[in-house]
Amino acid sequence: MGERKGMEIALAAAEAAALCRPDVVAAYPITPNTHVPEHLANIVSEGKLDAEYICVESEHSALSACMGASGAGARVFTATSSQGLLYMAEIMSIASSMRLPVVMALGNRALSGPLNIWNDHSDIMSQRDTGWISLFASHGQEVIDMIIQAFRIAEDADVLLPINVNLDGFQLTHVVEVMDFPSQSEVDAFLPAYKPFASLHPDHPCSMGTLGLPEIYSEATKAREVAIVNSRKTILKVWAEWEKAFGRRYEPVESYKMEGAQEAIMTMGSMGETAEIAIDALREKGIPVGLLKLKLWRPFPYEDVRKAAKGLKSLLVLDRAVSFGGPGGPVASEVRSSLYGETDRPAITNYIFGLGGRDVAVEDFIKMFEKMRSGDKKRSKDQYEFYGVRGE
Amino acid sequence: MNTLKGHPVGLIENFDLYAPKLVDREEYFTPGHRACQGCGEALAIRLMCKALGKDTVIINATGCMQVISSLYPTTAWELPWIHVAFPNAAAVGSGVEAALKVLRRKGRIPNRDVKAVAIGGDGGTLDIGLQALSGAMERGHNMLYVCFDNEAYMNTGIQRSSATPFGASTTTAPPGVASMGNKTWKKNLPEIMAAHNISYVATACNSYPLDFMNKVKKAREIDGPAYIHCLSVCPTGWRCPSEACIKMGRLAVETGVFPLYEAEQGRYRMTVSMPENLRPIQDYIKHQGRFRHLTPEQVQSFQERTNLEYKKLLNKIEHSKSWAEMSANQG
Repeated sequence: MGERKGMEIALAAAEAAALCRPDVVAAYPITPNTHVPEHLANIVSEGKLDAEYICVESEHSALSACMGASGAGARVFTATSSQGLLYMAEIMSIASSMRLPVVMALGNRALSGPLNIWNDHSDIMSQRDTGWISLFASHGQEVIDMIIQAFRIAEDADVLLPINVNLDGFQLTHVVEVMDFPSQSEVDAFLPAYKPFASLHPDHPCSMGTLGLPEIYSEATKAREVAIVNSRKTILKVWAEWEKAFGRRYEPVESYKMEGAQEAIMTMGSMGETAEIAIDALREKGIPVGLLKLKLWRPFPYEDVRKAAKGLKSLLVLDRAVSFGGPGGPVASEVRSSLYGETDRPAITNYIFGLGGRDVAVEDFIKMFEKMRSGDKKRSKDQYEFYGVRGE
Repeated sequence: MNTLKGHPVGLIENFDLYAPKLVDREEYFTPGHRACQGCGEALAIRLMCKALGKDTVIINATGCMQVISSLYPTTAWELPWIHVAFPNAAAVGSGVEAALKVLRRKGRIPNRDVKAVAIGGDGGTLDIGLQALSGAMERGHNMLYVCFDNEAYMNTGIQRSSATPFGASTTTAPPGVASMGNKTWKKNLPEIMAAHNISYVATACNSYPLDFMNKVKKAREIDGPAYIHCLSVCPTGWRCPSEACIKMGRLAVETGVFPLYEAEQGRYRMTVSMPENLRPIQDYIKHQGRFRHLTPEQVQSFQERTNLEYKKLLNKIEHSKSWAEMSANQG
């Protein structure tokens, strides 16, 4: 049986990774995710995990070392944030193209500049199109669960893609929560040993990472797209098995008080927890409003979003990142794409807020909701708005 | 086998007689790849693989050798081989080495010594890959890194790197009325590697096959990081005839431009004996179009600096002691 205990979520992320028995861990310190590799280093140093822990000299090398190790048939884990993820950027796309199932805990943090170590989603959004599966946790329990699920999904023979598990920097990484930790035997039963499709060994030589001319590059790219779209099936299967084994349900779009809702707020990441309290308050006032929490960012769950938005009059999508000079927030942009072809679709309002660690309180959700209601949503000429930002 | 002593000319005369018996007949870097005619680097890689043998994983940085050898769906490699990107061969190699170690420990792969060998060109090693290389060497991975130095970014069309020699013309350091070409001296990476306190550092050249292969064999046996810097003649980039490949490498050595030595546990040793008086560098550079524009004064500066660098090396060879010897003498 597992154990229920309180712990900082970054440490819990490391505990969860260790339960998956990675063979090689390579990571580089960066705020706010440093506690993940630190705690893993402790676990290895105490002899509780038999793994090679590589103290690399950069994030570029962290992901590179993970790829080399994964290529050689090892189960690998890394963790980073923000600038570290950007330093890995050169390798991100190669990891998915080589179909190496690297698992990464990504403590989301704003990108410089100005230099800022606090939370928003600009780091992962910059790497959105690199072919990684992206999961978003909204609290500590989901961080533990998703890290274990991530190995299972990534290494599935039908998937073989890298995964990042997103946990908001500070809001999650540095918060102590009471969480259920599965036991080693439960994780072992859920997560079989990694069986690589091919590995680097002289007994069966193969060439990995070859040159692709224009005659093959398009096919290789399409194959990767097909793989990540198909990964949805495995993700849903793994989540169903998880629910069976551990009793906790996972869905691409989780609903909160959506019964009879005519309006809804959509969040991704830790703000969903705060938004729930706001929804409770609004419901108490008799307003039929619900909350949609996005858990799966890539592959984007278009059908789930369409289903969740059915019958809604208006939908407030909240984003913690900006696509500069583009459509506003990246989440809203996807939601609009999902619903464009629907005849009966809600009016969509997009607020960008909570950037670089700006706090988001319960009353902010209520204010945003009221602000949305006061505007002429159907005819609004604004695609998006910054909420609570000075200097308008 | 002792092919290291004696005059190099004697070595080459007997090459046909002895070499076939000394060299593995197995081919691990197979024909059909797309290297240019007279490519010293492809030749050196073929020899390196023979010296390494079957139990090897090659980690290749982006560059000429990756591009010419792995045109999907073909491959020239009979050894397990991985390429990820340009600057990270040493980092990918760190991961391969760590994985081989832990999987062997856990009994998931056969219990035998498989060596991780990372290779890169001068750009991927001295410039963009230097950080990853320094990290890997400092961490002490059981990995051999071989730099195949053809003295410029040849794959992208002969741009200057920090390994480009003084005075050479490259497409990003071209000579003109306001410039002599490359103004800087070649970065001394073997010394930088030696400063990482690794047990084995050597220079080599594709024109001295047995010397190179002996060094590869020696480095392979080191339980830890080792570094070999192999001057690899590039007729295309050096602007010399393709049949001059071997000759250019030999002249680089005989003029003292690229002496062949090793530093084993801190002890420096010349592995191919040098003539009493070095040949003038003019003998080396006159065959190469990349030096054609140099004025007599510039050639003179090149000569003087070559002499100085050579003396610095001789000084180390004369005075260096092995770490074991120094420890024993501490009293």
